[in-house]
Amino acid sequence: MKKINQSQDWDLIIKGHTALFDINFKDLWNYRDLLFLFVKRDFVSFYKQTILGPFWFFIQPIFTTVVFTFVFGKLAGISADGLPHQLFYLVGITSWYYFSDCLTKTSTVFKDNANIFGKVYFPRLIMPLSIVVSNLVRFAVQLLLLIIMMLYYYFYPIAGASFRVTSGLFLFPLLIFLMAMLGLGLGLIITAVTTKYRDLTFLVSFGVQLLMYTTTVIYPLSYAREKGYGHWVELNPMTGIIEAFRFAFLGKGELTLYSISYSVMVTIIILFFGIIIFNKTEKNFVDTI
Amino acid sequence: MSKPIIQVENLSKAYQIGQIGTGTISRDIERFWLTKIRGKEDPFLKIGQINDRSVKADSDIVWSLKDVNFNINQGDAIGVIGKNGAGKSTLLKLLSRVTSPTTGEIKVKGRIASLLEVGTGFHPELSGRENIYLNGAILGMRKNEISRKLDEIIDFSGVERYIDTPVKRYSSGMYVRLAFAVAAHLESEILIVDEVLAVGDAEFQKKCLGKMGDISKGQGRTVIFVSHNMAAVQSLCNNGLVLNNGIVQYEGPIAGAVNKYLNQFTQDLRTVQYKPENAPGNDFAKFIYGKIVSQNKSIDDVITEGDAIEIEFEFLILEDGIHQLGITFHLYDELGVFVFVGSSCDEFREVKRGIYKERVVIPANLMPEGTFTITKLLLVKNRGSLVCAINSPFSFEIMPKTDENFGWKGAKEGAVKPKLDWQIIK
Repeated sequence: MKKINQSQDWDLIIKGHTALFDINFKDLWNYRDLLFLFVKRDFVSFYKQTILGPFWFFIQPIFTTVVFTFVFGKLAGISADGLPHQLFYLVGITSWYYFSDCLTKTSTVFKDNANIFGKVYFPRLIMPLSIVVSNLVRFAVQLLLLIIMMLYYYFYPIAGASFRVTSGLFLFPLLIFLMAMLGLGLGLIITAVTTKYRDLTFLVSFGVQLLMYTTTVIYPLSYAREKGYGHWVELNPMTGIIEAFRFAFLGKGELTLYSISYSVMVTIIILFFGIIIFNKTEKNFVDTI
Repeated sequence: MSKPIIQVENLSKAYQIGQIGTGTISRDIERFWLTKIRGKEDPFLKIGQINDRSVKADSDIVWSLKDVNFNINQGDAIGVIGKNGAGKSTLLKLLSRVTSPTTGEIKVKGRIASLLEVGTGFHPELSGRENIYLNGAILGMRKNEISRKLDEIIDFSGVERYIDTPVKRYSSGMYVRLAFAVAAHLESEILIVDEVLAVGDAEFQKKCLGKMGDISKGQGRTVIFVSHNMAAVQSLCNNGLVLNNGIVQYEGPIAGAVNKYLNQFTQDLRTVQYKPENAPGNDFAKFIYGKIVSQNKSIDDVITEGDAIEIEFEFLILEDGIHQLGITFHLYDELGVFVFVGSSCDEFREVKRGIYKERVVIPANLMPEGTFTITKLLLVKNRGSLVCAINSPFSFEIMPKTDENFGWKGAKEGAVKPKLDWQIIK
């Protein structure tokens, strides 16, 4: 009997303890259709039974830009680095919201999907990945808004404010990838910890909003430097990304090898830990959630 | 001998019961320190005990499964049966990788598809068709696989007319039909089905069971089926696994498994025996022994619907003299319905000091399946005065008939189920 067992090759061995960094990429690849169906589900269910449908994706950045232009641009008089205020904020908002949506949505992935996860197995990483991808759809729509606005200001320029598209645009795919992975990594860490200790959920809900003020969404890096807080702002790995973004699209901002590699390093480290902790938690979280 | 397709070795699963609160974090840290840093055995798992929910535990770790070993061969249809809390669901969760074992391992050959719930991941806003794709993918199907089977799935579900309507507008029956249809068309080597047949009407249940029979018998795939419905288990499965408090109690042919399972309920409650010192009663008489069996059968046999039931009472009469005595008992069912009162007071017996034993038979075909309790056992003296009353001495369970294959599977209807004499007149 024993001999038979040894000679058999099992497709799957389910046991309690597994290696620390053990992602079954083959499994993940086999479930790729599920990822896209989740994306489709998110997208379709978002605008079902609404009149404006996908146009709602425009509403949030438009209103935020209007308010920011009024409050920070007009009332507080914070400089926009010589760019049209609307474009300045819109670039920041679009990229920041992509990051923060990835973060906040993945940070509740275990809690929100406890029901599905408790009933059926599929590689758990599919769920946060689908969140990142479906936010990407949203991001693309918002990017369209940015391009429309840029065209508008190109044909009807405002006096004293100008912008230009630069070769930094080649970095665009990398920037998106960085934002997605940074949001994903942080989200994974938070969701793993909150399966047992819910405290962190409260922190995330307002913490992410406050975090926006620690990076260059509403002020340029040069302005922060002027006031002597440049180093602090640069600590936020999103700063390098947003600055590069602004440089690519509008020609103002800071894109240096140092700032980008700092963001890349931080992203890799956070993502690495995120995946380890998520992997560790996914096996048994159903018992504690 | 066919080869094992699933091999389970020393499988255990511990659960923490009670609140997860502030005490947990300090314990987690202690645990992390001992097991990960110093490499010792987890101290909190040692104090775990077997899972008996009726007994108050001294530790908040329970073993929902403990050292379970078994093999399943290809093409088998295994019925996993056991009382509530026996560890069935835990076993299924481990097999379907929803949670992982505390110790031990499961080796599997081939793809596992598990159906612990129908319609997992259905999105109410999406149409039936979109949900077929989504649900199919969640269960592990590729998109082109689903497209190929789409017509078959829609046909099986019988909701073709509503297939492009959001499922939130479906009736619960349609919802379940669609969900089961998707699962039934999975092409995995192993199919795990939890008690999903409890929903849906009789026709649909029959269709589901038929489909599952096809899967195991016709296509030679392996089915693991959990149910409390013994008729369904017996008709579908060839082998059974009986779990009790997280331990495998029986593994073998299904008929033996069903018998073993049904016996778990009955034996302990169907006989009572007391020593005279602590027997219930008073100075006049004490109740020392009682037994409920199916007529002409032993205590090891199950009482099945339709059987005549025999009850024995034994009293110890403590007062001297000759007494005119009668016995009365009240019978209630599990819903608290007073079914009937049985009384021997039409004919009083002359009883002397010492042992007084009486037997009564409840005629065949009187009561339906269910749990029945004798709530009041009274000893009546000399046409009217109560001399001894015992509350709820014992209860018994009547099991459903297992040979009626697909009858009514819903809640029981009525406190009695007499066999009526029907005659056609015209």
